[in-house]
Amino acid sequence: MAKNGAKDIEVKAFATHQLITQPNPLRKVLRRVEDKDDPVGRAEQALAGLSGEFKDWMATEVNRLSAAYVAIRNDGFTKDRRDELFRAAHDIKGDAATFGYPSAAAIAESLCRVIEHAPDFEKVPAELFTHHINAILAIAHENTKLDSISVSAELSRRLRNVADDYLAHVNRDRPEHLEAIFAPSIVPAE
Amino acid sequence: MFRIDFNKLRFLVCDDNPHMRRILRTLLHSFGAREVYEAEDGATALEMYSHYVPDIVITDWAMPIFDGLELAQMIRQPDSKGNPYAPIIMLTGHSEKRRVTVARDAGVTEFLAKPISAKGLYQRILNVVASPRPFIKTKTYFGPDRRRNTSSAYMGPERRVGEKHEVLQQPSLLDKARSSI
Repeated sequence: MAKNGAKDIEVKAFATHQLITQPNPLRKVLRRVEDKDDPVGRAEQALAGLSGEFKDWMATEVNRLSAAYVAIRNDGFTKDRRDELFRAAHDIKGDAATFGYPSAAAIAESLCRVIEHAPDFEKVPAELFTHHINAILAIAHENTKLDSISVSAELSRRLRNVADDYLAHVNRDRPEHLEAIFAPSIVPAE
Repeated sequence: MFRIDFNKLRFLVCDDNPHMRRILRTLLHSFGAREVYEAEDGATALEMYSHYVPDIVITDWAMPIFDGLELAQMIRQPDSKGNPYAPIIMLTGHSEKRRVTVARDAGVTEFLAKPISAKGLYQRILNVVASPRPFIKTKTYFGPDRRRNTSSAYMGPERRVGEKHEVLQQPSLLDKARSSI
């Protein structure tokens, strides 16, 4: 793509800021079409074509989560290990619904909230971690048995309630965390 | 009806998760893109940004060492030799309102919460291609105009002094993040 040169950039100075405008450098990629080309539909089909790999991908993600927790349990807490546990849970939160495991995504979100908002990671009851992680493992590994919507959704809901009760209690003197914990998500509920 | 000629666009995708990179590559190629460069961390992405000069950057937030937020801040350096104006789409598992605000203040152009959808990604790309926003430079900020409404009642400390013509009517980043998910 052609880029705008410095001469194309217009700067207007105001008392507290500058307003910088330039001709749209990407205007040439817009074209008027009359056909029934459907790039979104094409992409959805391509994504569906990947779905045969999603189960293996999910297994990789949950094994990473499990390994991250085992490392903390066996070798002790460090910031790096905590961060790896968070990223593993966070990836499942973002990816699992795409892979066909929306309840696992919801449980991973609850786990992320515990990791992010617990004031002292080392004082979090181990059961709170293991119940979340075991539930995600169960949903991923025993998909055919547990992935009925009602069972996995109920499991997700209960874990979230337990986690939220814990977070509300341990953050009772930290209003900024309480506000973040109970702020609505920008992602619509399933 | 307008469409994007994706084969004329160069993308840089930054995500530490190989599965998400594969999904993004699949979606972008299906849209028609041919040039999709991939980085698995922010530092590599910054190098590739300078080398390949992409038209659009799509980045994850949570990555080890050098995350997507830092990548956005490094790209939005007004005096850098590279292009500080490229659109940045933050594609992230973070789904909290405060995160949208933090991303906006780092100079992110569009925010897309996971789970990813073809429709949501296409819409964000269409937004940055068809409706680019002017840039604002203040003592503490350089990036796309964050002002999305014209509330004359707001008298907060960060109220800019300006003229009517530089106030644009546009939906807030938060509203856009909520739509087309």
